[in-house]
Amino acid sequence: MPDSMIFQRTKGLTDAEFTYCPGCTHGIIHRLVAEVLVELNQLEDAIGIASVGCSVMAYDFFNCDMQQAAHGRAPAVATGIKRCLPNNIVFTYQGDGDLASIGAGEVVHAAHRSENITIIFVNNAIYGMTGGQMAPTTLIGQKTTTSPYGRKKEETGDPIRVSEMLATIPGATYIERVSVHNPAHVRKTKKAIKKAFQYQQEKRGFTMVEILSTCNVGWGMSPLDALDWLEENMIPYYPLGVYKDKVKEEGRQ
Amino acid sequence: MTKKLMKGAEVIGASAIAAGCKHFFGYPITPQNEVPEYMSKEMPKIGGVYVQAESEVAAVNMIYGAAGTGTRVMTSSSSPGIALMQEGLSYIAGSEVPCVIVSVSRGGPGLGGILPSQSDYYQATRGGGNGDYFMPVYAPANLQEMSELMQKAFDIADQYRTPAMVLADGMLAQMMEPVEIKPYDSKNIDKSSWATTGTKGKRKPNIINSLRIKADALEEHNRHLNEKYCTIRDNEKDYEAYQTEQAEVIVTAYGSASRVVRNAIDNLRDEGLKVGMIRPITLWPFPDNAFDELPDTVKAVLSAELSCGQMIDDIRIAARGRWPVDFYGRTGGNIFSSEEIEEKVRAMLKGVISNAR
Repeated sequence: MPDSMIFQRTKGLTDAEFTYCPGCTHGIIHRLVAEVLVELNQLEDAIGIASVGCSVMAYDFFNCDMQQAAHGRAPAVATGIKRCLPNNIVFTYQGDGDLASIGAGEVVHAAHRSENITIIFVNNAIYGMTGGQMAPTTLIGQKTTTSPYGRKKEETGDPIRVSEMLATIPGATYIERVSVHNPAHVRKTKKAIKKAFQYQQEKRGFTMVEILSTCNVGWGMSPLDALDWLEENMIPYYPLGVYKDKVKEEGRQ
Repeated sequence: MTKKLMKGAEVIGASAIAAGCKHFFGYPITPQNEVPEYMSKEMPKIGGVYVQAESEVAAVNMIYGAAGTGTRVMTSSSSPGIALMQEGLSYIAGSEVPCVIVSVSRGGPGLGGILPSQSDYYQATRGGGNGDYFMPVYAPANLQEMSELMQKAFDIADQYRTPAMVLADGMLAQMMEPVEIKPYDSKNIDKSSWATTGTKGKRKPNIINSLRIKADALEEHNRHLNEKYCTIRDNEKDYEAYQTEQAEVIVTAYGSASRVVRNAIDNLRDEGLKVGMIRPITLWPFPDNAFDELPDTVKAVLSAELSCGQMIDDIRIAARGRWPVDFYGRTGGNIFSSEEIEEKVRAMLKGVISNAR
């Protein structure tokens, strides 16, 4: 790097142009994951799993071996890979429709087995790729294309809190919820991602980082309004913080 | 090496291990539970991996992930479980990763029953998964053949980068026969050009994927897959022609049903009646060439299946109108007796032939 260069594209990402809408925070999260893999010197050993949703084409973006999984099945695919290559770094990148709805079974059991994998769970409270339908994570009152009058608790129940649920599973090693709505939280998010991958490297078991993210197009807002909406509406229902850190609780050995 | 008295399910497991399979992902379902039980016992002894998945959906996706690393991997299940695996099988076929699926079929539809049945011929040869794909399906009729086809399935899967299925039923999985598990010299196929094992900084990323957003790209991919299926059709059809010389009636049967039919043929031949059997060993690709080799003496063909009639469709296509194709089947777990087949064939020899089914 020349002395004058203070910021450049991470080599953890390919040169492919992102397919995300302008204003979407997926790009930030991609970059954080890629930077962490490079900083931990894990990129060359990493195998990522792209799921179904907006991030389906993540296999074109991460500069490491990638496999594309069926809707919700990424933790099972990751299990298959990791059990064959226990010394490689295996991660999934999943949205909330993928993980919290159709893939709820797979993630629960991967955590239960304490598969030594890392799950990057991007929660934007909506199905983005398919055009803004209601997700299990959609907030009460939130209007989507399939809850046009606002989500009603009586009909759909309350939004599912994945981190809280997975933290109750004995096999879960590290569960943290973070957000990328401002630079300070972007930095915290990177720390959480780094810790998850470090734990995987140390063979500590199942790690998941839930990242609150915006979908300005699906939410029908400007990118800046979407960041505010996340802070004002999502964080109160989805409190940030470490829900489980077995390594810390048990004392690092 | 001497033969050992073994149970079908054990033969499946032992043959896979002999073929270099050290990874098994599965879910319990009758009548194939002895396969995962055997694997859970044997895999730890050889440094292998046995994982009991939370569902057949998860199991097949674990297979997909494991196969993506280029590792020899298999699962085993039965009818409703294989139905749940169709999603994964479609992805595996579309992404072109090799693996072996054992289907120990039972009666259906729905929960059906656990007794021997061949009502999953369509499920195996047409696939319940979405898209333009096929997979090789092997139908052993005895345990020695099951052992050899299990091992062959791994090679075929690797060679063509495809899922391959071994189709049996409860009769074959539960029966015991003397078997020699031959040490298997697997073809060593280099998978480094596509397997996801980490780039090690030495190559561009490998990507395993079935998504092609652009029409031209998907069409090109589907044409590529189809060329592969044409090559498999050209090279891999397999069948046994039994007592077909001078035959007037040909009974077509596979797997467990063919064991009964073989007895019937022997009994009818003892009576001096001219009857033979075509036994498909590959169900896909269907050995239609077997019918082109039949003598001019053939007057009619019978499909004898433990179903209400599924393989008969492929027989009709293969017969190309040259002979009437009749049907005899039992279902629900009932197995036809040799006498039932003999009676049916005697009637056909007398000209009582229904072309209706």
